[in-house]
Amino acid sequence: MSDWLPSPTTIAALAKIGLLIGGLMTAAAYLVLVERWMAAWVQDRKGPNRVGIPLTKIRLFGLGQPLADGLKIILKEDFTPKHVDKVLYAAAPLVLLAASLAIFAAIPFGSVLPPLGIAGLPDPVPFLVAPALDVGVLWVFALSSIAVYGVLLGGWASNNKYGFLGGLRSSAQLVAYEIPLGLGLLGVVLAAGSLKLDAIINAQAETGIWYAFAQPLGFIVFLVAAFAEAARLPFDLPEAEQELVGGYHTEYSGIKLLLFLVSEFLHMVTAAFLIVIMFLGGWHLWGVTGSGQEVTWLGAFLRFAVLSAKILGVILFFMLVRWSWPRFRFDQLMNLAWKVMLPLGLANLVTVATVEEFRPQLVEALGAGAAGWVALLIPWGVFFAGWIAAGLLTPSGTDNTPIRTHGPLDVEHELVEV
Amino acid sequence: MKPTDPSITWLEEKPLGLAERLYLPLFVQGLATTARHLVSPKVTVSFPEERPTVGNPLIYRGVHRLNRDDEGRVKCVACFLCATACPAHCIDIVATESPWPDREKYPEAFQIDELRCIFCGMCEEACPVDAIELTSLLDLTGKSREEMIFDKEKLLSVYDMTKDSEPMKSASLGGTL
Repeated sequence: MSDWLPSPTTIAALAKIGLLIGGLMTAAAYLVLVERWMAAWVQDRKGPNRVGIPLTKIRLFGLGQPLADGLKIILKEDFTPKHVDKVLYAAAPLVLLAASLAIFAAIPFGSVLPPLGIAGLPDPVPFLVAPALDVGVLWVFALSSIAVYGVLLGGWASNNKYGFLGGLRSSAQLVAYEIPLGLGLLGVVLAAGSLKLDAIINAQAETGIWYAFAQPLGFIVFLVAAFAEAARLPFDLPEAEQELVGGYHTEYSGIKLLLFLVSEFLHMVTAAFLIVIMFLGGWHLWGVTGSGQEVTWLGAFLRFAVLSAKILGVILFFMLVRWSWPRFRFDQLMNLAWKVMLPLGLANLVTVATVEEFRPQLVEALGAGAAGWVALLIPWGVFFAGWIAAGLLTPSGTDNTPIRTHGPLDVEHELVEV
Repeated sequence: MKPTDPSITWLEEKPLGLAERLYLPLFVQGLATTARHLVSPKVTVSFPEERPTVGNPLIYRGVHRLNRDDEGRVKCVACFLCATACPAHCIDIVATESPWPDREKYPEAFQIDELRCIFCGMCEEACPVDAIELTSLLDLTGKSREEMIFDKEKLLSVYDMTKDSEPMKSASLGGTL
């Protein structure tokens, strides 16, 4: 092969990047439509069902809506207010979008393809842009932290009170929930013994026990923290419309606003990917996908389909929760992070560490089968104990009773006397 | 009123029960409600293809009509009560001597600017002879402002169009008059 041709591995990587970005953008556009449908159905409406093929009367259940939405927002005036910091104002949406897209470099979106000998790829081709990256989980977390910069920059550069408050809230919230998120994740990393997301899936596929069953407490902590990280209801305080007009993107319009909104959606998709990969077995489904690294074309497709279905399920759950729960107040949000989720996450971590440490002794004493059951029962015991303790000791309760000794008139009176 | 006023009854907030403190039961309850609505029948009316049903045409306030009497003459006696009652000043009447012996005046011209009208129904309530009424026609559209100023002939034609489906309103029919 001549030198100036890129190697087959490079071509495969570029193809994967193209597929991933194209797929993600299309998926984000259609998920907006799904979200609008869900919103409408929950409110007993029909939702967008008119836009079909352009210039015809064919409606296709409104499947043309994403195109219309996108065209509309792109053609809108991209207005830059006079009082903003021009450079940061333009950079913020780009930072956010770049970070939310780059996360997917380390996230597997399927299992492996069989080797393509003809194309010069003798090894199985993993569904992963950067398969050699040993610190996959760290990469994901580092970039999701960079996404906070985008939000904060947007809020700060807008030079607007609402934008500023939204940015501040967002940073406080995201920083607070990174900790339970990390704790939920640490349990998985401990159990799987790897920071690579595909290795975490393989570990679940080999035992057949998804980490949601092995570490229920970690799953709940991670789930709640993922909702908060994606700034989805009930944790959407950064952009609480009623209080902040729109939060950090108040001053944005046109295509810059579109970039912000797409990035937010990508955050939700990322969260769904992480939940499925780390706790719901990734592409694994009992009796359907098998668990080894040797796959046929059909097997590879099945695994991809199972993973996609699971992710869609989690995203639908995200959307359903949006209409089921009112938003938390900010102090309640912080209480939940620091006083409930942090201790529960620590309890999960200690439990997992203990079980993993003493697993060999357990197997020696009880035999493999019984040891497996004990290793499963202990986390569930801790889960119920932690749940009930958190419920009974709830520190998040707030005294909302009015002060009865002082009326507004009394206060005025006292002021006059002073 | 002071907080210590004896006429105030203070209600204590109920302490949270176990299910509420455990949080998950309430969460599941909320999800069940949302999921039920997700699949329940929808109330949306797909307008141009599907017409909304007007509950009671007698109390609906849509496009105006000018009623005719038994002989097909306009019922209006040009008393100007509707024009006086109208808060939007959208009714414009030109009165002239009546050619008929049973009344003194009749409207030579009767114009309603449907774009100014706020569909409050005061003209209908003011009319002493039940001549002006609001029908249950609800899609009122036009291509120009001039087109939306309805003159006497147009208003009478609305009556001709709706007289079969909507009898004249009166108290005995449950109407407002």
